[in-house]
Amino acid sequence: MKPLLEVRNLTVEFNTASATVHAVNDVSYTLAEGETLGIVGESGSGKSVHALSMVGLIAMPPGRVVRGEVLFNGRNLLALSQRELFDLRGKEIGFIFQDPMTSLNPVLTIERQIAEPLRRHLGLSASQARKRVVELLELVGIPDAERRAGQYPHEFSGGMRQRVMIAIGVSCNPKLLIADEATTALDVTVQAQILELVRDLKKKIGTTVIWITHDMGVVAGLADTVQVMYGGRIMERGPVRAVFNDPRSAYTWGLLKSLPHGSQRGVKRLYQIPGNPPDMTREPVGDPFAPRNRFATERCFRETPPLVDAADSVSGHKVAAWYDLRQELAKLEAASHD
Amino acid sequence: MKSFFSALLQSRAGLFGFVLVTVFVLAAILAPFLGLPSPTRSDLLARMAPPTWTGLFSPGAHPLGTDELGRDILSRIVYGSRVTLIVACSAVVLGGVVGVLLGIIAGYYRGIVDRVLMRIVDIQLALPLMLLALLVVAALGPSTRNLIIVLALTSWLRYARIIRGQVLALREREFILSAHAIGAGTWRIMLRHLLPNVLTPALVIATLELARIIIMDAALSFLGLGIQPPNPSWGRMLSDGRVYISTAWWIVTFPGIAILLTVLSVNLLGDWLRDYFDPKLRTSR
Amino acid sequence: MARYLLSKLFEAALAIWGVVTIVFFVSRVLGDPTVLLLPMGASQQDIDTLRAALGLDRPILEQYGIALLSMLRGDFGISFQHTRPALDVVLERMPATGMLAGTALFFGTLIGAVAGAIAALRRGTISEFVVMTAALLGQATPVFWLGIMLILFFSVQLGWLPTGGSGSLAHLILPGLTLSVFVSASIARLLRSSLLDIMREDYVRTARAKGLMPRTVFFWHIARNALIPVVTMIGIIAGELLGGSVVIETVFAWPGVGRVIMQAIQAQDFPVIQAGVALVAVIFVVTNLLVDLLYGVLDPRIRQR
Repeated sequence: MKPLLEVRNLTVEFNTASATVHAVNDVSYTLAEGETLGIVGESGSGKSVHALSMVGLIAMPPGRVVRGEVLFNGRNLLALSQRELFDLRGKEIGFIFQDPMTSLNPVLTIERQIAEPLRRHLGLSASQARKRVVELLELVGIPDAERRAGQYPHEFSGGMRQRVMIAIGVSCNPKLLIADEATTALDVTVQAQILELVRDLKKKIGTTVIWITHDMGVVAGLADTVQVMYGGRIMERGPVRAVFNDPRSAYTWGLLKSLPHGSQRGVKRLYQIPGNPPDMTREPVGDPFAPRNRFATERCFRETPPLVDAADSVSGHKVAAWYDLRQELAKLEAASHD
Repeated sequence: MKSFFSALLQSRAGLFGFVLVTVFVLAAILAPFLGLPSPTRSDLLARMAPPTWTGLFSPGAHPLGTDELGRDILSRIVYGSRVTLIVACSAVVLGGVVGVLLGIIAGYYRGIVDRVLMRIVDIQLALPLMLLALLVVAALGPSTRNLIIVLALTSWLRYARIIRGQVLALREREFILSAHAIGAGTWRIMLRHLLPNVLTPALVIATLELARIIIMDAALSFLGLGIQPPNPSWGRMLSDGRVYISTAWWIVTFPGIAILLTVLSVNLLGDWLRDYFDPKLRTSR
Repeated sequence: MARYLLSKLFEAALAIWGVVTIVFFVSRVLGDPTVLLLPMGASQQDIDTLRAALGLDRPILEQYGIALLSMLRGDFGISFQHTRPALDVVLERMPATGMLAGTALFFGTLIGAVAGAIAALRRGTISEFVVMTAALLGQATPVFWLGIMLILFFSVQLGWLPTGGSGSLAHLILPGLTLSVFVSASIARLLRSSLLDIMREDYVRTARAKGLMPRTVFFWHIARNALIPVVTMIGIIAGELLGGSVVIETVFAWPGVGRVIMQAIQAQDFPVIQAGVALVAVIFVVTNLLVDLLYGVLDPRIRQR
């Protein structure tokens, strides 16, 4: 498979008067065409910022891409001119944002908001755009699309607005679709419907997708590859099945443990990772998860572990850890049997 | 308190306002000890003497010159600030107390009480504040007490509206609900639970209102409806001096600068207080 | 929308009725007009005759009822000073006030909007600092003093413009400029903070993510929303200016509504006071109504109600 996106050593900072926030630290990965990548992490893990910074959507200043390259179809996005970025955004890379309540302009009609990229990028006339808007609304499963197109966001429910956001995101048939917490603000049933829609759309138009979420459960049902981020770094990445069944990072392990399982519902309290999210204003030294990691070694605090192939696992499964999670878990298991 | 001052030191505008306000207040309080000539003593030999620093011939030592009756302008400005300060602060406090209480009552009882109060606010808002003030001063007669009442009257509704909104939101919060649950009385809830929670926004509104009231006070005095002579007042100095604009520019210039600086410093302090305590209030002004 | 409009109309009528009622009772407190109308030393019989003619001998509530009914017909009585219908005396002054208000609103809004937009777009630059300092000074300056200073400079020192009065374009410049400074300072500050608030909104990021040009993002997504509070502010200012700026009209001897009401208050000319205040209240309420309508146009969420 040919790579669509190659991120190399991406590092992003936010400089405020009192401190520097190290939001993204030395992130590198490759995304193949047609692949669906799920990026998981809590807020402040750098997962959203890294995606937004690739296409110049973070505020600069205070944001700053310190170093790195983002090759999209071989073109370095970070070296593009403003004008080239305007032409790329919405056309080759589509976005779906979280919280459809605030991500749609309250004073413009749905039709206008979907038509904007169509007219700008594809040069459609007003009537062509209108036709296409109705098609798109039907595509994302909004009934009575003709009439609904003329309405305003406040006349739509949360789930419907999220469908509109998706319609905007895919309007110009982008090569890459980046969804940032696209289902977070929705309740569980609506969330399931939206995920179903995205799977369906992927089959129809075959877009490459980056799905950013804090919810491991969402990723399990949607992604080919999962990438776990913490403290602005990739902690672990690999095929979904491998990472879920055989996690190698203590952070991934914690995230999986805190997922509710069918068997334990209502019996055991859900696991919570102890400690607080890292202070991102500190100079990034060592494994960012070390202070909350019960298995952390002394080296974890001193030296940053590189992202390397996980031993005895499938190809593409990589982890950044000095400790060996399998050994540690085995010790834990043995201790509990005593 | 410590973080309050360190935050104040961070903001140039806020600090500027704070220092200037402090200086004005101190000058007003300490006026009799500043060695100024009497603000009401006229020196007919030194009528309309130009400020000393202009280099023009000026009998006596009057840093900002004298007015048409030979009274020292600097002294009149400083003593005028006492009157302004007393009137404006009393009006702010009076309007604030009434407005906050009515706001709490409207927000707490809601329903008919709230609707009636808000209608009264609407009726009052159907007149420009200046016109309202003119009418009421004309009806009550110009005196310091009436001036304070009129200024408070133009001010209470700003508190009432904003505080009402805050109370409506507070009402649904757990601590109020639990106060209800343990059977606390209405007055107890309003005074012990709601009032402390709206004091901060009230303080912010008060500071911003103070600036508006100082200007309005000067305007009423300018129209002859404010503080009555011989008490010095900034607005009166302007209207009296206006006649001599072509011969003695200093009579109208300096009192105006005094008003400008006072209002500017109070505004700067008020803006800073608002941003410090509650940035959300910004849109409600 | 119809219900929204109807409730607004009802509120407006209620507010005007409230104002008229208050003014009626306040003017009764002002004093007895017969003392002013009759020469000194008039006999008690003359006074009584006049009181009867003016209807002042009837119970106050009856007077109020009669006054309310005639006001509905536009009859506010005859001005004591001018011996003409009071409403005519006030309405005559409308064009002058309207001209001044229009000038100040037009230039004030224009300058204020441009300055506010510059301050928001050039965040953290010297332009923002200059605009914000000027706006702060403009808001802290008492308008009447600013007027006097402008007279001092342009009329007394330079001799370019008249010190007051009306009749030519030259007469309009100084009062218009004075009020424009006040208007533009308020608008610049509000628009700047409103723009800065909206720029942080999620939907602005959505607009940028769609690849729209910065101009489209600014006008259609940022400014379009930031304008909503500014429109309210313009409406309030318009109402205040159209009600006649008493102080400015006094400073520049401008023959407007504010000044005629002020003179009527001093002369205890009840009919003119009542006509003037009722007119100002109607203007105020109608401007607010227009603002509410415009609000509905700008914000679909309100239109729906």
